[in-house]
Amino acid sequence: MSKLFTGAEIVFKCLEDQGVEFIFGYPGGAVLPIYDELKNHSSIKHILVRHEQGAGHAAEGYARSSGKPGVVLVTSGPGATNVVTALTDAYMDSVPLVCISGQVPTHLIGTDAFQECDTTGITRPCTKHNWLVKDIKDLSKTLHEAFRVATTGRPGPVLVDIPKDIQFAKISYSKPKVKKKLNGKSLNQFSQNEIDELINLMNKSKRPIIYSGGGVINSGPEASEVLRELVELTGFPITSTLQGLGAYPGDDNQFLGMLGMHGTYEANNAMHDCDLLINIGARFDDRITGKIDEFSPKSKKVHIDIDPSSINKIIKVDLSLVGDVKDVLKSINTTLKRKNINLNKSNKQQTSNWWEQIQKWRTKNSLHFKNSDETIKPQHAVQRLYELTKHKDTFITTEVGQHQMWAAQHYKFNKPNRWMTSGGLGTMGYGLPAAVGVQIAHPEKLVVDIAGEASVLMTMQEMSTAVQYNLPIKIFILNNQYMGMVRQWQELLHEKNYSESYSEALPDFIKLAEAYGCKGIMAEKPSELDEKINEMVQFDGPVIFDCRVDPNENCFPMIPSGKPHNQMILGPSEKEENKITGKGKALV
Amino acid sequence: MANPKSAYSVSTKKEKTDTHIIVVWVDNEAGVLARVVGLFSGRGYNIESLAVAEVDAKKNISRITIVTTGTPQVIDQIKLQLKKLVPVHKVADFKRNDKSVIFKEMALFKFVGNTNKIKRAINACKKYNVVILDKTKKSNVIQITALRREIDKMAKNLKKFGLVSVSRTGAVAMTRGDKVFN
Repeated sequence: MSKLFTGAEIVFKCLEDQGVEFIFGYPGGAVLPIYDELKNHSSIKHILVRHEQGAGHAAEGYARSSGKPGVVLVTSGPGATNVVTALTDAYMDSVPLVCISGQVPTHLIGTDAFQECDTTGITRPCTKHNWLVKDIKDLSKTLHEAFRVATTGRPGPVLVDIPKDIQFAKISYSKPKVKKKLNGKSLNQFSQNEIDELINLMNKSKRPIIYSGGGVINSGPEASEVLRELVELTGFPITSTLQGLGAYPGDDNQFLGMLGMHGTYEANNAMHDCDLLINIGARFDDRITGKIDEFSPKSKKVHIDIDPSSINKIIKVDLSLVGDVKDVLKSINTTLKRKNINLNKSNKQQTSNWWEQIQKWRTKNSLHFKNSDETIKPQHAVQRLYELTKHKDTFITTEVGQHQMWAAQHYKFNKPNRWMTSGGLGTMGYGLPAAVGVQIAHPEKLVVDIAGEASVLMTMQEMSTAVQYNLPIKIFILNNQYMGMVRQWQELLHEKNYSESYSEALPDFIKLAEAYGCKGIMAEKPSELDEKINEMVQFDGPVIFDCRVDPNENCFPMIPSGKPHNQMILGPSEKEENKITGKGKALV
Repeated sequence: MANPKSAYSVSTKKEKTDTHIIVVWVDNEAGVLARVVGLFSGRGYNIESLAVAEVDAKKNISRITIVTTGTPQVIDQIKLQLKKLVPVHKVADFKRNDKSVIFKEMALFKFVGNTNKIKRAINACKKYNVVILDKTKKSNVIQITALRREIDKMAKNLKKFGLVSVSRTGAVAMTRGDKVFN
């Protein structure tokens, strides 16, 4: 007779077998047996957050920066509902999370018991899959299956709801046999024929562009390497989505910068005018495509994605390759090298006009802004932060809004997994807890949350977590006292009716930092910026940096709503020159 | 015309929609129907009718038949999204006007009143495989199987013959001939 273990012990045995090192969580009545068991498992460290949403985002930051699934542990009822935002965020951005939630004992389910909620019902639309474990016999199988679902295919969050009596119940444990129940959901479905067809399109193309996304990051660091090889082999220009930044070096000449609503002029115009568009692990998000009917009208479109439901969802494509980006790109590179070793050279002539055109677009210098000696321009602050931290292997997280776009535009990433931002869901308050998770995964690295003062206040309580675990995260707040992106839209679209977008009575961030037991720094003048940033970087411990920036700055360039890629607004000066007339004016 | 002030793009094209019957084989486990139905409501697809029951007790497989309408792109998305659900084994899709597929719905009708009238009603249902399930001096319960639009018609026309209650299923489907969907 093999030894019997309680459900709580089984939970930790599974986590150990999955190689889990960190759990982000918050205790409560319905998970106390699991918390009671924690002391017996020294290989697993629990990070106590201050709010369950923080646990979820921290686990996301951990997962995105390390490539390992993030594990969250919360109690029933409010514990579970608080984590819903983070689960939805992870679902939208394809981040592997395993959330374990406590539940009231099985005999009380459905009775409106204390801290009971229908957790699997609530989280069904925001997880890849979820389970309510009603029988101790199913527990270990379910937990291992949960890790498998979260990490295979297109990654995403899963949730396992464990009633308290199951945590106490006893059963024997055996390591699971590796059994793959795929239900026909195999991952790589592309064929050599499709690869050949793609290479044929590449050979013929005169105006090609590669548009890469978060799928390259999710596919692992090797995918970024093969992407770089592909770009080198072909000599094609490449642009990236917000989530894909870092997969290709941001300072390389073949890189056109980010595309989309606040992407560069050259990237968006190249997307519009190209004759071959190769989407690698991106999903034609509406912030990318602009007006669908006029999206890249002259191009053959190729889509490489692991998720078959991403193909033809928004944009109809001419060729699709379903599979793991890394595997597809490897096949492409191998075939390219075998068949057409000189594509780069032969292409150079064919695409030379295209590159000339791209250079012309580049001269518009669309990320340009008018700097000032009086006030700190937020773009300038990001640029200085980049210049002063680029020699280090720096990890950047962000909140959501103008500062996020400025960070994406002006901070150049050279490696994957260094950029953690909430793209799909756009969750204000993501960056600070995500920075906590990133710092847990990379204790020796510099982790900076480029934040807005409105966003960061949504999850500010996690500073307490950072202090508790000596996590030297740097919260770099571009403080313009407005919900900047809201204010920008109100300025451009709602006749400057700044309804409720100004935050009166903001806290004194220096005193707030001190109250949490960390360091507060403030910069008000451009002349003191470098010195203060250096002070922040060199300080061994968490810092809140209150960077007072121009409150009226807007984020440009910008594709106005309902417009195609080739009708961007470049900046305030262009607006004054009255480039937008007639119908366009109504749209802006 | 959508509001041009929107931060989202304006929908322009209106594509033609078709009615499809989607058949889904799923593990018969708790919450599986909620997953399938939730996918439809969550993504804004419509469900015209729904029929579900276990078809293989040994393998624990249920068969869900859903009648839905959508553009070709939406129908494709429905199939691909369904295939992503963990308990889903396979998905089949038929056009409603596909001649190689049999579609059937069942309805129960209760008639109360004049026996003569009831007789005439049953007579009118003749082509729809009438089975008389219950009979009293004053009432009749009958069962018919037919297409949706035929049942719609009968339910409307038989009111004058004392039809007081209608209960009906969603459509179920099966291919003709020896072909089996794999």
